[in-house]
Amino acid sequence: MWAGILLSLRQELIVTGIIFFLLFMKVGATEYKTGVVLNWVNVLLLANFVLGFFPVSDATLFSGMFHTNKLIVLEKNILNLGTLIVSLQAYSWLKDHRQVQEFYILLLATLVGFFFMISAGNLLMFYLGLELSTIPLTALSSFDLEKRQSSEAAMKFILSSAFSSALLLFGISLLYGATGTLAFDGIAQRLDGSAFQLFAFILILSGFGFKISAVPFHLWTADVYEGSPVTVTAYLSVVSKGAMFFIFIQALYTVFKPLAGNWYRILVLLSVLTMVVGNLFALRQDKLKRLLAFSSIAQSGFLLAGITGSSRTGEASVIYFILVYIFSNLGAFGVVSLISAQTGKESINDYKGLYASNPLLSWVMAISLFSLAGIPPTAGFFGKFFLLMAGAGKGNYVFIGIAALNMVISLYYYLRVIKAIFMDSQPQPIGKLKIPILPSIAFLICVAGIIMTGLIGWIYDYIYSLSIGI
Amino acid sequence: MNLSFLVLVPLITAVAVLFCRGLNGIRWVSLAGATVQLLLSFGLLALYWRERAAGNGTAMLFEYRHAWFPSLNIWYHLGVDGISIAMILLTAFVMEAAILVSWKVERMGKEFFVLLLLLSAGAYGFFLSLDLFTLFFFLEVSVIPKFLLIGIWGSGRKEYSAMKLALMLMGGSALVFIGLLGVYYNTGGAGGPHGFDWQAIAQMHLPAEVQRRFFPFLFVGFGIFTALFPFHTWVPDGHSSAPTAASMFLAGISMKLGGYGCLRVAVYLMPDAARYYSPIIILLATIAIVYGAFATMMQKDLKYINAYSSISHCGFILLGIGMLTQTAITGAVIQMISHGLMTALFFAAIGMIYDRTHTRLVERLGGLLKIMPFFSTVFVIAGLCSLGLPGLSGFVAEMTVFMGSWQHAGEMYRLATILACASIVITAVYILRATGQTIMGPVKDPHYNGLADATWNEKLAGVLLVVGIIAIGIAPFWLSDLLTSGVSVIMGHVEKAIIAGKAVIIKK
Repeated sequence: MWAGILLSLRQELIVTGIIFFLLFMKVGATEYKTGVVLNWVNVLLLANFVLGFFPVSDATLFSGMFHTNKLIVLEKNILNLGTLIVSLQAYSWLKDHRQVQEFYILLLATLVGFFFMISAGNLLMFYLGLELSTIPLTALSSFDLEKRQSSEAAMKFILSSAFSSALLLFGISLLYGATGTLAFDGIAQRLDGSAFQLFAFILILSGFGFKISAVPFHLWTADVYEGSPVTVTAYLSVVSKGAMFFIFIQALYTVFKPLAGNWYRILVLLSVLTMVVGNLFALRQDKLKRLLAFSSIAQSGFLLAGITGSSRTGEASVIYFILVYIFSNLGAFGVVSLISAQTGKESINDYKGLYASNPLLSWVMAISLFSLAGIPPTAGFFGKFFLLMAGAGKGNYVFIGIAALNMVISLYYYLRVIKAIFMDSQPQPIGKLKIPILPSIAFLICVAGIIMTGLIGWIYDYIYSLSIGI
Repeated sequence: MNLSFLVLVPLITAVAVLFCRGLNGIRWVSLAGATVQLLLSFGLLALYWRERAAGNGTAMLFEYRHAWFPSLNIWYHLGVDGISIAMILLTAFVMEAAILVSWKVERMGKEFFVLLLLLSAGAYGFFLSLDLFTLFFFLEVSVIPKFLLIGIWGSGRKEYSAMKLALMLMGGSALVFIGLLGVYYNTGGAGGPHGFDWQAIAQMHLPAEVQRRFFPFLFVGFGIFTALFPFHTWVPDGHSSAPTAASMFLAGISMKLGGYGCLRVAVYLMPDAARYYSPIIILLATIAIVYGAFATMMQKDLKYINAYSSISHCGFILLGIGMLTQTAITGAVIQMISHGLMTALFFAAIGMIYDRTHTRLVERLGGLLKIMPFFSTVFVIAGLCSLGLPGLSGFVAEMTVFMGSWQHAGEMYRLATILACASIVITAVYILRATGQTIMGPVKDPHYNGLADATWNEKLAGVLLVVGIIAIGIAPFWLSDLLTSGVSVIMGHVEKAIIAGKAVIIKK
């Protein structure tokens, strides 16, 4: 019995174990060098990622509060992978930072939160997991301790999080009033589409909208992304958003399945708004972090388009796209992070002539941006194609047409960065940068992922075989 | 023969180039790769003839299928018929010549050749694909190399042109994408297994209203690639800013991707709609032909002259496709090949002039015939081919298109044909003026007298393309025989649609 529980919870337990290990390292008498700690942490995260692949049977624990199956294990592993890459890339920033252990303790606490959130079978468990991840995340975004911008970002983040949590909680409480239960399957059985339930649903949807930065709930995104340390921004835009999408699609496809007719239109509207606004704002950004922030808003719009498909293809495409997105976005953020840590430069104009001095970094950036733009042979092409294909399954070609048009718009600002790197020049370009070993491993993983994930068909098929759809 | 080789050879060459040291190694490895590819293409042609001689009548030969995304019924599916083989041969010819004329590229040479090879891999894959997803994949692969080739090694307003070209072609791809999704979800009936299989979709005959709804997306989407009026504006900027090899490839091959897609995807899969929209296609094509020709007259820059004349010449491709007769479509395909060779030769020649004189303005050039006899001969041949001199490929192609068009008895069709024919006169005007001013007359700039004639690599490239042009011009029958079976399959569909359409009208 205990063994069963422990095994089903093993991903959460391993991460918690690493947290405790770091805590003991911190409070112990010996002072460890930062580099040593970083190497240890990365080895542990790698072990965590590898251990996640061991097959364990599906289980439901704690009278339906927590459930796990192959798909959820895969989703957690995707998050593990993202965390590992973020951690590898953080090396150049963290090696001069005094609070390395604290950083990782907070980071892994958010990861455990995400795990519980994805596994939740009950709204309470879901909320608990969500808050377990949100509060450390705000602390993380102020982790550039001496920068004012960073504290500002944290302040904005905590205020907007609190606001969205309040909306979410209000929705949950109304839903409880309407259905008399907090369990996912219980709610699904009792939803009948009455106005009261729809009101509760809208509130919950708005809460989610904040977390996935869908327009019109996106206003916090750009400022928080810009102010936070690049590593944290990368984590926010990839792992945090990925986790939110995993639970969001689960909630829509299982809990709110009876309301599918209602949320389809709302999601189409949200998706169009998110894509268009995200892209239009991204067009005019000069700072790379802000550009990537708005591009990540636009990508949320594409993900929403995939969700509207309400099919097995839709679910598989969303999960697949998040995997692809981890590689592509982290590739881009990795370069930004490295350059920012070594030179402090973060604007597109500073990147002019980068190719002459740093060809490898430039190629990593170019491949990542092409993948974000959805150009083959990168995996981003397959991700976008499948998302929109799922969205087109409903026969709404006007909507898909708008999405396809947005792909063209987004190509423009990605190409702007590539143009600056490869074609422009400036009097004082960024000099030759040293790429430490850990970040180069991260780049290798990203580039390999971007190229292989699409060309190897079985990755998508594996996800598809685990997806249930609506 | 495993057709994947044709995609893999350029890719392997590109990887090999990455590991080369020194410019010479890079050049020779690229050239070797392109040569192997050319030989493979000839081998493919020989194998194709052998199969056909042995009485193998299947539409597609050497098919290869591999499940790519089985859950979505997406296959990596290759196969060839006469039309694809002709296009592959064209690509191999142009690539070989493009690598030969790029011998002098020194700045970031490795990147240049790698991107050029990637570009060609995409084109080969496109012409081989029998699955619409594979086809779309290869169509879009070219965006990265095109953008970088123009933006980095180009001249003039290169960043602007690169951006414009990338965005407009991406817009075309977006339209194609919508069209493909529309086709996909209308295969297999309601809820049945959907698929991208090109032949299966053609067999199942999509419902007429579906065809009418999605045909414009596919046709205009592919049409943007082949300079369909009014979406032709990327052509002049893109072609004239690109480096020589990229111009050759863009005008010679990339524009043909569009024509091939219009014919093989849009018309073949949606014959009813093709018939329905054919007046509009003919109208736009005629505008492109006449407008392109007049616009060329006003140009002073040699590359712009060739770019605008490409719009006019690609109009013939669309005109032939729009006419929907066996002869006209055969003519359209021959025009694709003829224009591919001719425009590549033209751009190669312009590149040679520009490398030596550092100007492309017609008014500054003159008297080059005495200084550079080889180059001038090539230039004249390209020009004469462009204006349709008998004995060269341009004549065969345009003549076939006109004959096919004239088979249509409607007044509008006749008018379009006459207008298109008349544009040849304008072509003659600008071609003769440009070639005359460039190579005849007095030498405008004394230091031109010291210029060297074409080097061995340029000569080889020129000869290669001229041989292609003359081979088609003197003996067009081998080419039209090669194309017949492929075109008749398409025509079979179109005729069935015409008969079916009449039946519907009678029933009503």
